[in-house]
Amino acid sequence: MPRPMTMTEKILAAHAGKADVAPGDIISIELDLVMANELSAAVAINEFRKIKGATTVWDRDRIALVPSHFTPNKDIATASLSKLMRDFSNEQHITHYFEVGRGGIEHVVLPENGMVGPGETIIGGDSHTTTYGGVGAFATGVGSTDIAAAFATGEMWVRVPPTIKFVYEGTLRPYVSGKDLILRTIGIIGVDGGTYCALEFTGPVVRQLPISARFTMANMSIEAGAKNGIFPVDATTEAYCAAVGKKNYTIYHADPDAAYQQVITVDCSAIEPQVAVPFLPENTHKNASQLSDITVDQAVIGTCTNGRIEDMRQAAEILKGRKVHPSVRAIVIPGSQKVYMQCIKEGLTEIFVEAGCVVSTPTCGPCVGGHMGVLSDGERCISTTNRNFRGRMGHVKSEVYLAGPYVAAASAVAGHICGPEQLLAEAAV
Amino acid sequence: MILSGTAHKYGKNVDTDVIIPGRYCNLIDPVELGKHALEDLDANFVKKVKPGDLIVADTNFGCGSSREVAAVALKGAGVAGVVAKSFARIFYRNCINTGLPIFECPEGVDGISDGDSIKVDAANGVIKNETTGKEFKATQLPPFMQDLIQMGGLLRYAEKRIAEKQGR
Repeated sequence: MPRPMTMTEKILAAHAGKADVAPGDIISIELDLVMANELSAAVAINEFRKIKGATTVWDRDRIALVPSHFTPNKDIATASLSKLMRDFSNEQHITHYFEVGRGGIEHVVLPENGMVGPGETIIGGDSHTTTYGGVGAFATGVGSTDIAAAFATGEMWVRVPPTIKFVYEGTLRPYVSGKDLILRTIGIIGVDGGTYCALEFTGPVVRQLPISARFTMANMSIEAGAKNGIFPVDATTEAYCAAVGKKNYTIYHADPDAAYQQVITVDCSAIEPQVAVPFLPENTHKNASQLSDITVDQAVIGTCTNGRIEDMRQAAEILKGRKVHPSVRAIVIPGSQKVYMQCIKEGLTEIFVEAGCVVSTPTCGPCVGGHMGVLSDGERCISTTNRNFRGRMGHVKSEVYLAGPYVAAASAVAGHICGPEQLLAEAAV
Repeated sequence: MILSGTAHKYGKNVDTDVIIPGRYCNLIDPVELGKHALEDLDANFVKKVKPGDLIVADTNFGCGSSREVAAVALKGAGVAGVVAKSFARIFYRNCINTGLPIFECPEGVDGISDGDSIKVDAANGVIKNETTGKEFKATQLPPFMQDLIQMGGLLRYAEKRIAEKQGR
């Protein structure tokens, strides 16, 4: 009998051709998908060329290349990185290359194109590759040399991680989203609380979360240092897969007697809209409503963490019929061309523009301090992005406050950090 | 391999955004990247670092982005190795893959001050603080990772795997 295993252990064992694996084992796994963006691909392609015996990639159908970070390119240097990836894609006849205008941010694009599914192993040259755990995949971010080796071999060495299980109980309060749950979770375990670990997100609250919220939570697993974050597969997952045309996947459930490094129960009834203050995502000591003395110069709504249509709807719900505060620049960035189009169809774009927001084409842009909203000396931004490190969005003396779309939109209107209920209450007075 | 140089000491959670800020991620040349290493944490670092120096840091060194240029930038600045209480996992892999020696050694970090002269024997993980005379032992890498380094890095391992598959 194989030993009882967690979800992550089962997926890894199956992809290593083993009956079972245990935390600490170093194994080689077969990969279902290898992803890179223009930054990680540029370095990876140069490394791939150095591998003797590798002239063509292992499987042109199982590599995804997505220009996203500095696109549409902001300068000659970044245009050169994109060109390098584009040329490689043409040379290798890569099936899944998403050109500017036909893609967007990789972690929004791949799921909506049915390219990630339950039970799969996916690596990406981007730390937020953990996103795909939202549909029950084992997905992790790696550097460019790992990507180069995977381009050539279709496999990767992995140290099997121990798993920390989170059980989310209680009832979600109004305006509390997946982003608030994951910010609170990182606040509980800290930015290194999940280092080398798998995080398994379970419990009655999770079962009611839409896939978009699960992607948001899995996305930020890396901000606790985790190797991957993963959600149990349920009817919501299967409905999502059917909707995006994902077929041929395997569902793995954790064994009831699987061993966890730790089990942490989170009472969601007590969670209010969260804000992580500079300069770490774990700094969630105060709720949005307790930070109203913090004025903001900019609000960013979008990215791989919160750039899906559900996130856009949350922001629009707050911004509809309201105006962005005169001293705030509000930047809305739909995560993909599909989300962009859906925003137009649902009238969300009109709401954003009427409110005084700028609506950008899909890009990682400001999140990585790249372009489309870089901050100056002393400026503050409320942002639905994933990192508030020093200098992350620009000047070393700028500040990023992390929150979900409701809080970012409410703060854009108020001119200071503001919870959605607080904004509504102030309007009623 | 013996690493010998001055320790530059930093705190917890030194993230990849301060190791090499996003605004420089349009670069791939190690020397160019090295000119901006740790710029947002310590603007003087590149002025004071000498080839062969080591970084000594608290827990979770290299957290954040998967940008491999973080490890490359440190090497480009002349850094010979990093001693930390713990490392973030992607950075850890990137160091193994790109050949930047790293040493996990909590006691060593506590026993080294900024500016101390230190000597590290990469083969056995013995870290000597030559300023104080104290010795510390870093955690051994698992045998697989030692083999990987011995082999010359991940690309050589990939070549071996390709050859094995073709031989089947």
